[in-house]
Amino acid sequence: MPSKRYARVDRDYCVACGCCVKVCPMDAIAVWHGVEARVDEARCVGCGRCAKECPAGAIELAERGIRQ
Amino acid sequence: MKKAKHWYDHLWIVTPIYLALGFFNILFAWLGMIFFCLPLFIAIFGGSKLYCNRYCDRGQFLSLLGGRLKLSANRPTPNWMRSKWFRYGFLVFFFAMFFQMLWVTYLVGSGAQNLSETVKLFWTFRLPWDWAYHGEAVAPWVAQFAFGFYSLMLTSNLIGWIVMALFKPRSWCVFCPMGTMTQLICKLRAPRGESVQTACSAQGCAGCAGCGKKEE
Repeated sequence: MPSKRYARVDRDYCVACGCCVKVCPMDAIAVWHGVEARVDEARCVGCGRCAKECPAGAIELAERGIRQ
Repeated sequence: MKKAKHWYDHLWIVTPIYLALGFFNILFAWLGMIFFCLPLFIAIFGGSKLYCNRYCDRGQFLSLLGGRLKLSANRPTPNWMRSKWFRYGFLVFFFAMFFQMLWVTYLVGSGAQNLSETVKLFWTFRLPWDWAYHGEAVAPWVAQFAFGFYSLMLTSNLIGWIVMALFKPRSWCVFCPMGTMTQLICKLRAPRGESVQTACSAQGCAGCAGCGKKEE
């Protein structure tokens, strides 16, 4: 069963440093072509480690299924 | 779930070694050119920020100090510091200072100015550093560049440590000039038309605006 929340990246603030990638326990984040971090929503369990680690404050946890 | 360690996870050691080498012999400062050229090469020819993501010794050192050694207040990085204005402004300022340092190197090389055996902190305060230069058989401009480059590296490290202590461990990464520049290069190189997040199709719209559709 998918988690209620997932990590969402604000591309305006993401600096593609890769800090989030290192802490993600699910390997659900990757840096896309050095431009921004992208979350595989299907793998993300919404633990929030990436949001806590992100120095740019570019990651927040969002509720699943709100905008479908 | 603990992630497996790789050889490059220990590169943090490079920062203290580099700073220590420059303390004893300033000519080692030239090694810092690796930290300048490698991220650029990776971004230009590889189209990625693999240097920041994996190999950056400074980022790892800041993570170690702020994370494992708990020297960071872990407060959110201020909005002004993560704004594009500040990031690009700092990039311009940093490179202006870099080219000014190259100009001084040229003046010393042409004999118009004497070699200054000092390290300039925060582009303002001159610290005597003459013990680190022993009049080796190198041209004066080679030593001048080393003093200038070491000043730049020490100053940027100090700024990194200050923002690490005040905010998040890797707050420096937010406005690191090399990081900003390589991200710009990657943006130019990134494939067009591939900007849709793969997760969208699997789980519905994530509101990432990657497809160009504005959030409702």
